[in-house]
Amino acid sequence: MSSKNMFTSSVGKKLVMAFTGIFLILFLIVHAGLNACIWANDNGLMFNKAAHFMGSFVVPRVLEIGLFVGIFLHILQGYMLTLENRSKRSVGYAVNYAKGSKWYSRSMALLGTLLLMFLIMHIYHFWTPSRLGGIGSIHSLKTFELNGVEYHNLYAEMQAIFQNVYVVILYVLACGSLAYHLAHGFQSAFKTIGIHNKRYHTLISSIGYGFAILIPLAFAMMPISFYFELVK
Amino acid sequence: MNLKLKVWRQKNANTTGAFVKYDVNDISDEMSFLEMLDVLNEKLITTGEEPIAFDHDCREGICGMCSLYIDGKPHGPWQANTTCQLHMRAFKDGDTITIEPWRSNAFPIVKDLTVDRGAFDRIIQAGGYISVNTGNAVDGNSLPIKKDDADASFAAAMCIGCGACVAACKNSSAMLFLSAKVSHLALLPQGDPERKSRVLNMVAQMDKEGFGSCTNTGACEAACPKEISIANIARLNKEYLRAGLTAE
Repeated sequence: MSSKNMFTSSVGKKLVMAFTGIFLILFLIVHAGLNACIWANDNGLMFNKAAHFMGSFVVPRVLEIGLFVGIFLHILQGYMLTLENRSKRSVGYAVNYAKGSKWYSRSMALLGTLLLMFLIMHIYHFWTPSRLGGIGSIHSLKTFELNGVEYHNLYAEMQAIFQNVYVVILYVLACGSLAYHLAHGFQSAFKTIGIHNKRYHTLISSIGYGFAILIPLAFAMMPISFYFELVK
Repeated sequence: MNLKLKVWRQKNANTTGAFVKYDVNDISDEMSFLEMLDVLNEKLITTGEEPIAFDHDCREGICGMCSLYIDGKPHGPWQANTTCQLHMRAFKDGDTITIEPWRSNAFPIVKDLTVDRGAFDRIIQAGGYISVNTGNAVDGNSLPIKKDDADASFAAAMCIGCGACVAACKNSSAMLFLSAKVSHLALLPQGDPERKSRVLNMVAQMDKEGFGSCTNTGACEAACPKEISIANIARLNKEYLRAGLTAE
């Protein structure tokens, strides 16, 4: 084998999953950090300014393209690997305790599918009106002007969308899926790129579990905060 | 003790198999699991039935020949143990025990509980060795090796190639086996000259044999009779990444 097909072998495909996964983990930090501005209790001014920066500055816009490519690769490769792996055992076991592995480690495709369904809803709620507002039936966001600059009022959009209790429940459930997906995915990504030894194992596991709890918790608190009017 | 067995019977690779129920009586709890099957086979031979085919050799837990998926676990209910070292005291009188072969398309069934694990041999042939010129044996102590590396290499070399990792993995991945073989040599100076071609060729052969990808669930590590660590898989990935990026 030559190094040319290093990303198409079974190990190479996992490397693609790991690298895109780590990129998405970094994105989650940025996303959660920016969204946390809603808790500034300034009627969304800081949040809308941050969202305006992300939507108008060239670097985040280029990274946004990278983000879509990363998500697409992660989903496509994930499904291809799942189908491929399932085909490797034509006759299953009559009795199988699956000892030694966690249910969420074995259910990454299912958790990922739930996240994909959520992602479609999430993009429809916020990304399309912000970036594609006014095209066809996609409504535009409300705007406000500050010092001569026109800002999208994403904060008002969040307030409006998170008045619906069913949407809030779906967002919170999606955060649950994200937590379990990350609980396995974080550590697994580092193992796949070869970082797993006595020195780093405890550190990476601790950061991984901490990340899998804190980031989805922060995201889940956002619709909850709006629904219960904890932010002003 | 008296037991009921549900054993997978299959004439050959081209036929479909099915579970057949057997009663085995007066089994001593000091017998090994394979000795219990020997007792059943003697009974079957006496009554003119075809004995159950199963793999075994040393019966000391060191050759990697025995297999069997017993009550949903490779090598049965005990941790870090091979089927030949599993004793009947692990079961209770009246238990029903389900015995299946390793299930993986890369391990086709030869007969009953016997599977063809030749795929592992072909993975080894692809690079699981070091090339040395013949001549006088070099004194082992003339080549200093760090104690930690020697220990980790030895721990990886404990792999007996039984295939329990493949049997336990939901993806039928052979990564624990392969990673043990790659780690064993990559950690030693003797294995260094061929480390890049070794990992690339062995992974390519593993894919050719039809094993699945590793998803780091840890089921292989839990099932391994020799407690091969999943850390070896991370080492293999690192070796693969390095070789893929730097090999010519």
